[in-house]
Amino acid sequence: MTILLDPTNERIPVARSIAPRPAAITGSVGFLDISKPRGNVLINRLETLLAQRLPQVTFNRYAKPTFTKPAPDALRRQINAENDFVIEALAD
Amino acid sequence: MSMVLPPFSLKNGRGENISFPSTKATLTCVVKEDCPTCREVMPLLVAFGHAFGADLDLHILSQTEAGIGVLEDAYSPPFSMLDDASLKVSFASDIDTVPTLFYSDVQGRPLTTLVGFVRDEWQQLAAELADKTGQTAAIDWEVLPQWRPGCGSLSVDPAIADRLRAQSQNSPLRARRIEIGSQDDEFEFMFDQGFSDGLPLVPPTPERVLRMLAGSSRDPQEVLALMPPNMGEVTVEKVAINAVMAGCKPEYMPVINTIVQAICTDAHNIHGVMATTMGASPVVVVNGPIREQIGMNMKLGALGQGNRANATIGRAVRLLIRNVGGAQPGGTERSTLGNPMKFTMCFAEWEERNPWSPLHVDRGFAAEDSVVSVFTMTSGPSLIVDQDSRTGSGLAGTMGLCLESAFNPKAHYATDCLLVVVPEHVDTFVRDNYSKSDIRRRIQEVTARPIKALVADEISGTGIKASVAAAMSAEALEKRLPKFRSDDDIHIVVAGADAGKFSGAFHGWATGEIGSMPVSRKIEEL
Repeated sequence: MTILLDPTNERIPVARSIAPRPAAITGSVGFLDISKPRGNVLINRLETLLAQRLPQVTFNRYAKPTFTKPAPDALRRQINAENDFVIEALAD
Repeated sequence: MSMVLPPFSLKNGRGENISFPSTKATLTCVVKEDCPTCREVMPLLVAFGHAFGADLDLHILSQTEAGIGVLEDAYSPPFSMLDDASLKVSFASDIDTVPTLFYSDVQGRPLTTLVGFVRDEWQQLAAELADKTGQTAAIDWEVLPQWRPGCGSLSVDPAIADRLRAQSQNSPLRARRIEIGSQDDEFEFMFDQGFSDGLPLVPPTPERVLRMLAGSSRDPQEVLALMPPNMGEVTVEKVAINAVMAGCKPEYMPVINTIVQAICTDAHNIHGVMATTMGASPVVVVNGPIREQIGMNMKLGALGQGNRANATIGRAVRLLIRNVGGAQPGGTERSTLGNPMKFTMCFAEWEERNPWSPLHVDRGFAAEDSVVSVFTMTSGPSLIVDQDSRTGSGLAGTMGLCLESAFNPKAHYATDCLLVVVPEHVDTFVRDNYSKSDIRRRIQEVTARPIKALVADEISGTGIKASVAAAMSAEALEKRLPKFRSDDDIHIVVAGADAGKFSGAFHGWATGEIGSMPVSRKIEEL
């Protein structure tokens, strides 16, 4: 990871451009559980519903070691490599 | 996770310093007043205080100053709350959740650490304390929830964690840190963020910025100026960040710092300079020993590309105007055509080839001072080609005729200019014993036109309005106006290669109080 120091007056949050939105959901969808209690409840329900509507899509499950910290680089790379889409579920 | 409570001394609500560790075992709990779990545990801490207060020290650290009053009013604890609004203890103890409760022995060594609220853990701790003290805390455990996760500690809030980390490490860096993912391209990222003038930038990593800061003797957090249009604070650190991006060396820092101070003056008026549709830009001339020290070009190609100091100092200033000031094309920067000087325009005067006094001495500084002079120019260098004149008056006459095109030939008393005289032209003037004043006088002489020649007509629709001219007397219409309002509006420096009779002229913008005036400033930190 590279760290850059902000050259601006810092009045505007750093914005990152988002990836283009595909017209259809195909390939693989990853579910990322951030490891807060009951996050899995939400993901289980979503997976059931999406599997009914998208039978041709593969679903993969992932979990962060702890909700308090960013996902480790290796996990991010794995999710990126194995999926076309990712859904991250927050609890609370 | 390695949470360890460091020794501390914090003030309570009465301003008294309370230290940890002390002469007793200690319970220390970090809370913030808007966290529901913290409010859940506050009555338990109060009960602990009543039961174990004689045998234990109990410290409740509030992460905000306001939280002390709020929580004391709400729960009337039998102990005073401590102020950790600076978050130094929270940060040093490496907590990421509130409440976090530390039970420490008399030496301050950790015995138990509880994060958030897990009823069994708290009940077990209460039992352990009861065992040691012979007292029982009056708590009805059954009515309490089994588990509450707690809230994020302010000390890990992304908005302030970097500052806390920098302070704890005695780092001079305070700028926001931007993490670029390992799979992202930092060069493309900087383009996407709008940091760039259109050319690639050197990534301003903390390591590079620290090296850049070593080139300045100023405090990195010193605010050099407020820069329009957004009145952004230009700290030395922000200068260093933009200098890294521009490709500067650390030894250029004193020059850039001084240029920033010069352009952010009412006289220079960088706001108007950037905003005008005319397309003005600062043009920087450097004088004094610093030129040689940092390797500036004042000779062959001085106004062009190829010299790192010339190119990157000017570029760093432009990036600061863009990133800290906030002047961006299409925003407040409204230049109709733009101007290549908006990338960079900075050069040094070849004082040693100058038979007259150098620019900074003309402007009141000592010859041994290093000085930056900032002009506002809308075009240039416009070439003055004269390979034939053998006299000072002939050459200065050519210069005058060329300068008459500034804005348009009928625009007299409208602007100023920066004349860059090359060495071969200098030699022509020297042979004729021609001074700078002579050059200025001759330019004014050959450009003087009767007012009637400056009136709008069928050849050119610009100029003095026909209706205005019609109201003037014949005598008034014969009055001759030179190109420039004052000889002082003709600024003269020497630069360029020894070979070639091609001087250059920059044409100015609106001069005087309504526009921009030249500003010279000594580089103090040398």
